[in-house]
Amino acid sequence: MTSPILKVDTLTKTYEGGFTALDAVSLEIMEGEILALLGPNGAGKTTLISAICGIVQPTSGAVTVGGHDTQRDYREARKLIGLVPQEINLEPFEKVINTVRFSRGLFGKAPDDAKIEAILRDLSLWDKKDSAIRELSGGMKRRVLIAKALSHEPRVLFLDEPTAGVDVELRRDMWEVVRRLQESGVTIILTTHYIEEAEAMADRVGVINKGQILLVEEKGDLMARMGQKELRIDLAAPLEAVPEAVADRDLELAENGKRLTYRYDTRAERTGIVRLLSALQEAGVQVADVETKQSSLEEIFVGLVQEGEQP
Amino acid sequence: MNLQAVRAIYRFEMARTFRTIAQSIVSPVLSTSLYFVVFGTAIGSRIDQVEGVSYGAFIVPGLIMLTVLTQSISNASFGIYFPKFIGTIYELLSAPASFLEITAGYVLAAATKSFMIGIIILITAFFFVDLQILHPVWMLTFLVLTCLSFSLFGFIIGIWAQNFEQLQLIPLLAVTPLVFLGGSFYSITMLPDVWQTISLFNPVVYLVSGFRWSFFGTADVALVWSIIAILGFTGACILTIGWIFKTGWRIRA
Repeated sequence: MTSPILKVDTLTKTYEGGFTALDAVSLEIMEGEILALLGPNGAGKTTLISAICGIVQPTSGAVTVGGHDTQRDYREARKLIGLVPQEINLEPFEKVINTVRFSRGLFGKAPDDAKIEAILRDLSLWDKKDSAIRELSGGMKRRVLIAKALSHEPRVLFLDEPTAGVDVELRRDMWEVVRRLQESGVTIILTTHYIEEAEAMADRVGVINKGQILLVEEKGDLMARMGQKELRIDLAAPLEAVPEAVADRDLELAENGKRLTYRYDTRAERTGIVRLLSALQEAGVQVADVETKQSSLEEIFVGLVQEGEQP
Repeated sequence: MNLQAVRAIYRFEMARTFRTIAQSIVSPVLSTSLYFVVFGTAIGSRIDQVEGVSYGAFIVPGLIMLTVLTQSISNASFGIYFPKFIGTIYELLSAPASFLEITAGYVLAAATKSFMIGIIILITAFFFVDLQILHPVWMLTFLVLTCLSFSLFGFIIGIWAQNFEQLQLIPLLAVTPLVFLGGSFYSITMLPDVWQTISLFNPVVYLVSGFRWSFFGTADVALVWSIIAILGFTGACILTIGWIFKTGWRIRA
């Protein structure tokens, strides 16, 4: 990861009806990284991608790809971009190989069947190259969309909800495909509302809601910074209530009184763990086991979105 | 200039044409043959010569125009409407291709198809009537220009249309009457004076007149006006398409 390959500068999109789908979004994406854009439905993820790729006309703001402005220098900018849309938009009667050839030509590249063969083989589509698209399964159609987007050898690939409606096994296949693409040097921006996906694949995570980027951060940093940790204390004997000595702390009694759960903030100077454990010991509570659990991106995400929605 | 894009769109569209070649060609040939049987042979045998040409031969240029106009419009409008309908238009909008290149790809493909059909109908006509073509180069020029200009017009309709009904609306409500009242089956000099004047506002009159001149050397309006009309119509369509792509009307949110 060296320099930004994609820069989005205060990009705004207000539709004619007055709805602001993107509200001064600024974002930098580094070459070679995978950025996951997380957000609930209607957050503006697809609009952001569409505005970058030229499908939606931005109201204001600018985007540069590889230093080329997507408005003034749209030809050079768009040559660098591949887009895999969320909907499976394909010509049903066309052959797989023809639709991929079409995409390559459309993006200004001379025909190169060897290149197309390599892409189709890599996506396990070579056997199906002469099949009509309507004969393919949903997972294969999605891979055809990826093949089309890769046909002109883009440096930046947008994957809009690549695993929406895809079963678990196919989802893992898709992750594998994305990882291989990253290894080949392609920068990837994917949108998802599956937190698991962002957690599994992304280098950085951006959270978008109501057309605004709430944050963009290294995934690990985000989890460390925002993450609440949970200390689970399994008790040797069940309790009826939280002992009075520790009642002032954020404790919860669970598992029929056999477990105490303590939430603490990893950002805090003192976590209070040691003091809690000594206080329990003093109160005569016997501890059988102790375990800590990091909160998932999902919990962070829900927290962020709710925070943003408070007036 | 992204010529690869023009080529890719053209090939893709032509592949569709050849995939459905039977229905693309059989139906216009069949319907034109019916016109020849009904108007040329059955009714035409009772009609005197029109401007020194047998009625059966006289209607050939008009019939070719009728088919070529409607085919150009339906080919080009469908060509661009279909990607809108199934959603593949995202790829055109995100491609490094200008409106000129995208339009050229679709319009050239649509025009090629209607040109092929025009030629096939012309060949069919030779089976029914005695036909001579006085100015073959002009005949081809008019045919090509008509295919191109009405494919451009069809392209605009395809962008404008928001459903399949609208896609059919303009050809049905506007183009068919214009073609029928454009002197396809008669010379406008056969009309009363008032209707002759009204007919001069019909652009199809100029096309049919020029095209018929290339066959028989007689025209309803001066040749130069036919040329000006078709070039003017082509120019207006190009300007409209330029505006559509610039503003994103009906294609880009």
